[in-house]
Amino acid sequence: MTVMITIIVIAVLAMIGVYISWRAGRLDRLHARLDAARFALDAALVRRSSIALELASSGLLDPATSVLLAGAAHDARSAEEARELPESDLTRALRAVFSQPDFRALLAGREGAEELLGELESASHQVFLARKFYNDAVAATQAARQRRLAKVLRLAGHAPNPEFFEIDDSLVPAGESGGPGADLPHLTAS
Amino acid sequence: MRVGLVCPYTWEVPGGVREHVSGLAEALMDLGHEVSVIAPADDDADLPPYVVPAGRAVPVPYNGSVARLAFGFLSASRVRRWLKDGDFDVLHVHEPAAPSLSLLACWVADGPIVATMHAAMPRSRALHAAQPILSSALEKISGRIAVAEAARITLVEHFGGDAVLIPNGVHVGRYEKAEPLPGFPGSGGTLGFLGRMDEPRKGLDILLTAFTQMAQERPGLRLLIAGRGDADEVLDQVPAALQDRVVLLGQVSDADRIRMLHSVDVFCAPNTGGESFGYVLVEAMASGAPIVASDLEAFRQVLRGGQAGELFETGNAAALAAAAGRLLDDPAHRATLAAAALAAVREFDWSVVARDVVRVYEAVAPAAGRVALAL
Repeated sequence: MTVMITIIVIAVLAMIGVYISWRAGRLDRLHARLDAARFALDAALVRRSSIALELASSGLLDPATSVLLAGAAHDARSAEEARELPESDLTRALRAVFSQPDFRALLAGREGAEELLGELESASHQVFLARKFYNDAVAATQAARQRRLAKVLRLAGHAPNPEFFEIDDSLVPAGESGGPGADLPHLTAS
Repeated sequence: MRVGLVCPYTWEVPGGVREHVSGLAEALMDLGHEVSVIAPADDDADLPPYVVPAGRAVPVPYNGSVARLAFGFLSASRVRRWLKDGDFDVLHVHEPAAPSLSLLACWVADGPIVATMHAAMPRSRALHAAQPILSSALEKISGRIAVAEAARITLVEHFGGDAVLIPNGVHVGRYEKAEPLPGFPGSGGTLGFLGRMDEPRKGLDILLTAFTQMAQERPGLRLLIAGRGDADEVLDQVPAALQDRVVLLGQVSDADRIRMLHSVDVFCAPNTGGESFGYVLVEAMASGAPIVASDLEAFRQVLRGGQAGELFETGNAAALAAAAGRLLDDPAHRATLAAAALAAVREFDWSVVARDVVRVYEAVAPAAGRVALAL
């Protein structure tokens, strides 16, 4: 009888152990996904500000627009903490620059303009996607960490609690979006 | 001379640079010069006849806040057209490092260009990043002016070279006469303060301490304060029994500002630092108000080392109370100080300041020909 009870207890403990290690492994995988998403987001932001800086110093634009863009791109690149504000400011500066009337038409035919604008467009789109995926990963990780088991057993270890990255990354002025794909950034002047 | 002035910030929102440009334009016209100003503004905006609109300003993040600027090829072509129509002897741009019309004007123009630097931006990173772009346009400037030492240092740090100091102007005549506010200054004496109540460097807390000391012995003494900030926070610093002797006007119009300066027996400027020029002192001097001010370098210069106003040890409330008390008890000395201030403030009158600016024009214009379009 006692042998039976012992076996059951051991089996239950083993099952609990397997379950906990499965939960811990899942949390671990979520943190790995989060790290990768964070890395991709960092890379997208750096790429966007680099191309903005390149456009600013290309001589394609007038000096006032160039100074505006260079300042915003530089602030975004050099921010270490509280990055969200300067990155949002860069978006707003880009939006102001690209929504100038006839912006594309005035640059058409200039050497290298098409390529740079295209690259900036794709870089801005990458920021939008990378931020979406990163915030998805944050939400999933936070939910898993919130579970009672994870909290009681501190399954997350010393990994810091992830935070959402909230910036303005839409290149369409607020209130003008609508229709399919409206939440995607567009650089093309409409 | 035919002078073209460029204002980088929108004409439709009041601000320091805009006030400066309009003051200078009017003073230059009074001296017999022909003046045209280009500024960001809506085409159908209500503008003085000498202002040409360059199109609506766009709000953009700049230097840590949102500024209303005009940039881009279309703005540049508006500037080009204005230059062509204006056929100027000299082009005078303001704040040329700001990403707006002044920079565009430097870009599209050739010939005699004068620039005035207004803001102090110590080691601005954004300016640093933009330096290569700015330098080619700013190299065309042949005469540089700074309105204060701090603005001059910003220029030297970021772009090298130097500038002449010509202070901000004031229309002294507008301050000379005004009706005091009802019931002021009154027989018990009134101390005055003008400036942001919640900016520690304006030193209001020092004045409140001094007032509390003085009010014990002077039952009729009142304190008149004009400026932005939280009224309750100010009153909390004064004993309850004295609170009804502190009159808070809040933020006031230009006209009431002048009336306020005419409503006080002693104007107090207890600033602890951060003033590069001391515009409020100049306003108080022009109003003929006897002044007690902190012994700051900028204030000492404006008050001629104490001849045109009493100086007290910066930050010392007891010294402020003593100096203000002496003045309240000595009407003859008050009159002497006020007269000295009115004489000293003449050098900041737009008519004088504008003449100094014209001298800069005359120094650069003959050698550089007329203003022409680049390319």
